[in-house]
Amino acid sequence: MKNIIVVLLVTFIGFSAHAQDKKNKNAKYVTEVNGNCEQCQKRIQKAAYSVVGVKSAVWSIETHQLALIMNEEKTTPLDVKKAIAKVGHDTDEVKATKEDYESLHSCCLYERK
Amino acid sequence: MHKIIILFLAILMSVPVFSQENLQEVKVVNKRKGIQKSFTVTGNTTLITSKELLKAACCNLAESFETNPSIDVNFSDALTGTKQIKMLGLTSPYLMITEENVPSVRGASQAYGLSFTPGTWVESIQITKGAGSVVNGYESISGQINTELIKPINDIPFFLNAYGSTDSRFELNTHFNTKLSDKWSSSLFLHGNARLAKLDMNDDGFLDNPLAKQINILNRYQYYNAEKGWVSFINFRYMNDKKQTGELNFSPERDKGTTNYWGSEINTERLDVSTKVGYVFKDLPYQSIGFQNAFNSHDQRSYFGLNQYNIKQSSYYSNLIFNSIINNTMNKFSAGLNFTYDKYQEFVNINDYSRIDNSVGAFFEYTYDNADDFSIILGGRVDNHNRLGTFLTPRLHVRYNPWEKGVLRFSAGRGKRSANIFAENQPLFASSRTFDILDSNGKIYGLNPEIAWNYGFSFAQKFSLFGKNADVGFDFYRTDFQNQAVVDVMQSAQQVLFYNLKGKSFANSLQLEFNYELVEHLNLRSAYKFYDVRTDYLSGNYQKPLQAKHRFFGNLEYETHIGENGNQWKFDYTFNWIGQQQLPTTASNPVNDRLPEFSKSYSLMNAQITKTFSSTFEMYIGGENIGNYTQEKAILGSENPFGSNFDASIVYAPVFGQMYYAGLRFKIK
Repeated sequence: MKNIIVVLLVTFIGFSAHAQDKKNKNAKYVTEVNGNCEQCQKRIQKAAYSVVGVKSAVWSIETHQLALIMNEEKTTPLDVKKAIAKVGHDTDEVKATKEDYESLHSCCLYERK
Repeated sequence: MHKIIILFLAILMSVPVFSQENLQEVKVVNKRKGIQKSFTVTGNTTLITSKELLKAACCNLAESFETNPSIDVNFSDALTGTKQIKMLGLTSPYLMITEENVPSVRGASQAYGLSFTPGTWVESIQITKGAGSVVNGYESISGQINTELIKPINDIPFFLNAYGSTDSRFELNTHFNTKLSDKWSSSLFLHGNARLAKLDMNDDGFLDNPLAKQINILNRYQYYNAEKGWVSFINFRYMNDKKQTGELNFSPERDKGTTNYWGSEINTERLDVSTKVGYVFKDLPYQSIGFQNAFNSHDQRSYFGLNQYNIKQSSYYSNLIFNSIINNTMNKFSAGLNFTYDKYQEFVNINDYSRIDNSVGAFFEYTYDNADDFSIILGGRVDNHNRLGTFLTPRLHVRYNPWEKGVLRFSAGRGKRSANIFAENQPLFASSRTFDILDSNGKIYGLNPEIAWNYGFSFAQKFSLFGKNADVGFDFYRTDFQNQAVVDVMQSAQQVLFYNLKGKSFANSLQLEFNYELVEHLNLRSAYKFYDVRTDYLSGNYQKPLQAKHRFFGNLEYETHIGENGNQWKFDYTFNWIGQQQLPTTASNPVNDRLPEFSKSYSLMNAQITKTFSSTFEMYIGGENIGNYTQEKAILGSENPFGSNFDASIVYAPVFGQMYYAGLRFKIK
């Protein structure tokens, strides 16, 4: 019984310690990503999460801002932008290829800058 | 070394953790639909908003589910006027009932506890069918009902509600709310209700409804600091509830403890103090820690004719909870510890059943949500209880959206609890039955703990029909008892037997639901419910007594457009059809005090009209049991209440006929 509690606690602490350790493990970063609808939101966030080290990714339909919390030891904003461009959405540093852009659903064909 | 220190700190901090989602849970729901069903939440949860609660204007939590099909409200028990609620065919002891995520109605308060929270205090209610979350404990079997009270931070400065009805019940609710500083807010809620006149509509010489008086005071403080991430609540509450019932001529001063006239008094005094602290980590919006503590003292002194029943429960509950993520916010977890201590001083006539129960437990709940069409919650907890032993409680919830606006859910889980056989079956004291416990080896009243598994699945689909919104729902749940503290009224009308389940006991519940906006502002809600609740008793296998196999529910609501100065009419009509119910056996009674094996089916209608004159003032009138259906014989052996055939506990339909009420609400914004 006691052992189980200890194991549970240690497991749980393990996670929290990991999450708190150093500041750059929870770096905040906000960038603009092109897109327009709810479907885009799902795709953009999914792409961001596919990058190892991204802890939280929230893209706003209204402002087109993507708010990230990421572990800088594992990834960089550029890696995330590459992943997002790959699913068809332009960012300030990386643009989507024509093919990727055109494969988007018609509702998602945003105006390219 | 550094890491070890952090680990230690985290352990220390997690030991008292226990508060959770409330932090992000400030819901702005007032202007939206009365009943909300999410298509993205993992559990099969219905949210009842304060708007819905206004449809059944009276009075307390027990009565606030009448317009909701998920919960069956049974007419009041003949004695105390308290309404019983059931979910999945099981009575409220099998539900986890929490107030702001702190277990509230449990133990000594099981029978009447829901009537101790006035309806106007409630901001919203979340009803989850099936296995609940492990965060709040191991006791829930058929579901969970969580009530959120109005929060000081977003309450209006003053609210008044006055209510009166033809069954001579009166109620007054006042709320005062003030901002003490930019971080602190405080509310003071005062509630009083009384039933003053003795009414006997069925001329059996007994009151149809008890005389009652209740004073209920809640003072709460809320601290909220958005910049630093701190939230805190401190609540103080005092409640005093007195009920008197029995024969019309019964006078407590003169007749208590005698056989002059049969009478009963139930007096309860309750004190609650609770605190909550929550912290959301800076720069980590997904990580938080919470700590809840609640102390309460519940003191009930009562007698039912010559039966005496006193119970005092002093409880302490504490929960520490830590929420965070694994890798990213698609993978969340909650972990923590909780602790409960219950001191019962319980006396049934001259028998002393006093005891102390305590338990300590640790839980872990993992949530995966792909932020799209799939989520899963896997929870487990380990508890050590001085009577239930050390045991595991696993729970699982899965949600999948196979296509747009369709949702498929599955849940499974285990629950374990000790049955408070006397507190939960108090209405049976109002009979000449002897209480016999047949087992003696168990840890609680000689009985073993109740253990049940619950599994269920549901499907819901929203669609458009003739251009209007519609939805259909279907769910099926099964509860399988591994052990049960069987309450056997199928043996004899002069006895109630309690024993450990020998054989099988299960509850199957099926619900079909259809909701449709017939024309603009006119909504229909309808449900058919099938319950097959069966137990092996000593005398054979029976459908659970006083539980209808078939039920039908319908609700119509209509609202006019809101006029310029908030002028509006609202109409609400609820229909319930309740099928045949197995009745306790009365074969051992003389012929004229026997009841048939099954009750007749019947229907009930409630309606209410609300007129809003402005955003600050509204009035309502309404009626309950408009068809005036009453049970033919509410009390067996009423001519000779101290004889061997007396029984006021077999109530399957309303005892009091139609009832009309009126009230007003006034707000200062």
